[in-house]
Amino acid sequence: MTVTDTPPPPATPSTVGAPILEARGVTMRFGGLTAVKDVDMTVNEGEIVGLIGPNGAGKTTFFNCLTGLYKPTEGVVTLSGQVIPPKPRAVVVAGMARTFQNIRLFANMTALENVMVGRYCRTSSMALTSILRGPKFRREEAATRARAQELLEFVGLGDSAENLARNMPYGDQRRLEIARALATDPKLILLDEPTAGMNPQETKQASDLIFRIRDSGLAVVVIEHDMRFIFNLCDRVLCLVRGEVLVQGSPGEVQSDPRVIEAYIGGGDDDEDDDPTPSLDAGTTQEEQQ
Amino acid sequence: MSTSTPDLTHGAGHGDHDDHVTVPLLERFPGRGSAAAWPLGLVGVLLLVGGTFLSWSYTGDVLGDLSINFYPGGVQICMIVLGLVALAFLLAHRGPLSRLGDWLDSAAAVRNLGLGAVAYMAVAIGVIAYESGGLINVNPGGWVSLVGALLLAASGLMLVSRQHKDPLFAKTTSWLEICAIIVLMALVLFGAAYALGIGDGASFVLFLMFVAAAATALAKSGVFTWIGLIAQKNRPVLMLGAFAVAFLFPFTQGGSDENMSIATQVLIFAATALGLNIVVGLAGLLDLGYIAFLGAGAYVGAVLSNSAFATIGWKPPFLVVVLVGAIFSSILGLIIGSPTLRVSGDYLAIVTLAFGEIFRFTMGNLDGNNGPDLTNGPNGVPAIPDLNFFGFDFGQPHNVAGITLGRFANYYFLLLVIAAIIIFVFVRLNNSRIGRGWVAIREDEKAAEAMGVNVFGLKLFAFAGGAFLAGMAGTVKAHHDVSVTPDQYIFLESAFLLAAIVLGGMGTVAGVLVGATILKLLPEKLRFIADYRLLIFGLVLVLMMRFRPEGIIANQRRKLEFHEDDEDLAERIEEVHLEEAEAKA
Ligand SMILES: Nc1ncnc2c1ncn2[C@@H]1O[C@H](COP(=O)(O)OP(=O)(O)O)[C@@H](O)[C@H]1O
Ligand SMILES: [Mg+2]
Repeated sequence: MTVTDTPPPPATPSTVGAPILEARGVTMRFGGLTAVKDVDMTVNEGEIVGLIGPNGAGKTTFFNCLTGLYKPTEGVVTLSGQVIPPKPRAVVVAGMARTFQNIRLFANMTALENVMVGRYCRTSSMALTSILRGPKFRREEAATRARAQELLEFVGLGDSAENLARNMPYGDQRRLEIARALATDPKLILLDEPTAGMNPQETKQASDLIFRIRDSGLAVVVIEHDMRFIFNLCDRVLCLVRGEVLVQGSPGEVQSDPRVIEAYIGGGDDDEDDDPTPSLDAGTTQEEQQ
Repeated sequence: MSTSTPDLTHGAGHGDHDDHVTVPLLERFPGRGSAAAWPLGLVGVLLLVGGTFLSWSYTGDVLGDLSINFYPGGVQICMIVLGLVALAFLLAHRGPLSRLGDWLDSAAAVRNLGLGAVAYMAVAIGVIAYESGGLINVNPGGWVSLVGALLLAASGLMLVSRQHKDPLFAKTTSWLEICAIIVLMALVLFGAAYALGIGDGASFVLFLMFVAAAATALAKSGVFTWIGLIAQKNRPVLMLGAFAVAFLFPFTQGGSDENMSIATQVLIFAATALGLNIVVGLAGLLDLGYIAFLGAGAYVGAVLSNSAFATIGWKPPFLVVVLVGAIFSSILGLIIGSPTLRVSGDYLAIVTLAFGEIFRFTMGNLDGNNGPDLTNGPNGVPAIPDLNFFGFDFGQPHNVAGITLGRFANYYFLLLVIAAIIIFVFVRLNNSRIGRGWVAIREDEKAAEAMGVNVFGLKLFAFAGGAFLAGMAGTVKAHHDVSVTPDQYIFLESAFLLAAIVLGGMGTVAGVLVGATILKLLPEKLRFIADYRLLIFGLVLVLMMRFRPEGIIANQRRKLEFHEDDEDLAERIEEVHLEEAEAKA
C-alpha cells in the first residue's frame, strides 16, 4: 500500500443511506452474567459506526451475537430488512462479514489461499465439477484467484500473496483478515479491534483502509480502544458499558459526554485528567507524544 | 501426487533436531578434516565391494548362496550397490564429480552409507554365524567387507562437508529432471520386484537395512530435497512414471501367482487407505470404522454375484454392482455421519468405532434366524465366481507378449484402475474449492464457519465420499477374495488402515502408498515375527508420533500443523513454496 501523507477525509457523515443493519433488543446471558443487555443498533449504508467501551463491556459478545457465533438470548437482527438466523454461515451469505479480536487466520495457508476461502460462499463448484474440471470449474477457479489477488492488492498485500499467513508480520495479518472478510462480498463489515497492537503508522494505514472500504460502498462497524482513531474515523459512535448502550451520537457528542469519561476512568486508571480523549491504549499514548 | 517433500529440514543453516546433538560429537571425531579421510574412503569401498566377490559363508544355504568365490549373489549384491553409491559421493567430494559436492553434503552421505554398511555387515555375519553354528563358518570375504564398511564409516566421519549451496535452488535442465524421475521409477520397480523375490526373512531384513541406509544417505545429502522439488515441477511425468511402474510390475513376475497375490492384497489395502486418506488426511475426520465401508461394498458384490450362496436373485452386470456397492456404502456413511458430524471430533471417533463393530455383528446375524437371510451369518458368502468382462475371464491366465499373467495379475490390473480412480478423486478434490474448505476447517473450524464455509456439508461429503470409494473397492475385493465373511472386517483392519496413513504421511498419495506397502508387505515377508507384529507396529507408531508425526513422506501443510512453534520450518517451507510458485509462473 502506498502510504499517503495527506490527512484522511474528514469524518463528516457522507451520503448516509437507508438502514442496512438493525439490531433490536439484543441480549446475551451466560448463566447469571448478562454480557449484552437490550442493545439496539442501526447502521446505515455508507456509514462507519464505532463501538467503544471499557474492557469486558460486551463489545465482542455483541459482535458474536450479530454474526451468529452466539445465539442471542433475546432480540432480532435484520440485514437489509430481512431477519437473519443466528448461524454464522447464513449471516455471511446474507452479507455481513467480520474479523476477530484475536486474529483467526488459517495460519498454514498462504495469504492468497486465505482470501480464496473467503470466496467459498460466493462460488458453487461441487464435487463432480471439481473432479472432472469442466470449463465452469476452471472459469470459477480463475475468477476466485483473480478476485483474491485484487483484494490483497486493495489492502496492500499484493506482494505477499504466496507467503504463509503465519509468517506475516502482525499488522499484515490484520489486513489479511480484512481482505478475507471482504472476499465474502459483504454489504457490512464488522472489525473487532483492527488496530490492536499496531504502531502509529500502521494505525494510520488502517484508517485509510477503512475509509477506502466505506468508499467502495460498504458500511463498517469498528470496535476500538484507540479514541483518537475512532473519533477521526466514525460517523457515529456507540459507547457500551456493562453490556448496555450508555451514549450514542456523533463523535463530538460522545467524546464530550462526561459519562463516557467516567466509564473509562472507572474501568481503567484512576488519575483524573481533563484530557477529553482518555487513552487506554499504548499506541494512542505514543501517538499523542508525537 | 499430492504435495509432498521428503525431508525439508535438511539444508544449510536448518539442521534438524538430532543434528544439534550429533554435530559437536562429530566434530570431536579423531582425524576430522584430515587429508587421509578421502583415500581411506576409497580403500573402504574397494574392500567392501572386493569382499563381496569372495565367499562370506562356509555353508551354501544361508542368506542365499554366499559360499562361492568370485560370484557375488544373495545379500552380497546390496553391498556392491551401496559401495558404488558411496564411490559416487566420494568422487563428488573430490574428483570428477566435484561440482555435485558444491550442492550436496557428500560427507553426510558417505557417513550414513558407511554406518549403514557396518550395521548391515554386522547383522549378516551374525546371521551366518547363528545359522551355521559359529563365527568359524564366516569366510574371509565377510570379514574383508566388514573392514571395508568400517573404513568407509570412519572416512565419512572424518570428511568435512563441502556443500555451500542449497539444492533447493539448483537450476537443472528439464531433460535431466525427467531422466532422474525415470531412474527413480525404474529403481522403485526393480526394488519392489527384488524385495518380493527374496525368500527368507533374514535376507529381507538385510534388504530393508540397505534401503534405510541408502534413503538416509540420500536424504541427509540433500538429494531428496532436489527430488521433492523436481517431483513438484514435473508432476505429470511423475504420475505417468508411477503408473507405468505399477503397470509393468506383473510382467516382472514371470507368471508366478505367489507374489502377485501379495501385490493384489497390498493394492486393495492401499486403495482403501487412500480413500480413508480423504476423510482423515484432507477433511481431518478421525474414522475408526472405515473397514465397514469396504465390507459393505464387498457384501453387495457378494450377494449380487453368481455365487450359489448369494441370497439375492438380481444379477446385474458388474459395473452396476460396483455402483450399487458404492452407493450403498455412502448411504451408510450418510446415516452414520449426519448425526455425529455436528459434534466435535472425539465423538466421531467413538461412533465410527462402534459402527464398525455393529456392521460386523449385523452381517454375522442376518442369517434367517435373527432377521432376513441376506448374508448367511458367520459363514458368509463363499464360492464367489471370478469376474468376467465381455468374455475376459479373470480366473484364467492370459498371455501378453509372451509373458503369462495369472489370475491375480488380472485382478491386479483391475485394482490398479480402482486405485487410479481414487487417487484421481483425491488429487482433484484436494486442489479445489472443496479442498480449500477442508484445509480451512482443519485449521480453524469456527473461523471457517464464520467465513461462510459449509463446515457440516463438507465433512459429510468427505465422509460419504470416502465411503463411496471404499464401497467401490469392496465389490472387487469380494471377487478377488472368493468368499466374504464378517470376520474379514474386524476393528484391527480399520486400525491398520489408519496406521498406514499415519506412518506414510497424512494427506499425501505417495506417503499412503508407502505406508500401505510397508504395513501389508512386511508381515508377509517376516513371518517369523508374526507373533510380535502388533507390538512392533505399536512401537513404530509411538516412535513416529514422537519423532516424525507428519509421517515418512510429509505433506507440507500437515508438517506445519504438527510443528506449530517451529518458525525455521515455516520459513523453509515458505521458501520452497515461493520457489515452486515461481517455477510455475
Ligand atoms: N462464552 C462466554 N461465556 C461466559 N462469559 C463470557 C463468554 N464470552 C464473553 N463472556 C463475558 O462477557 C463479558 C463481555 O466480554 P467481551 O464481549 O469479550 O468484552 P469486550 O469485547 O467489550 O472487551 C465479559 O465479562 C466476559 O467474561
Ligand atoms: Mg473484545
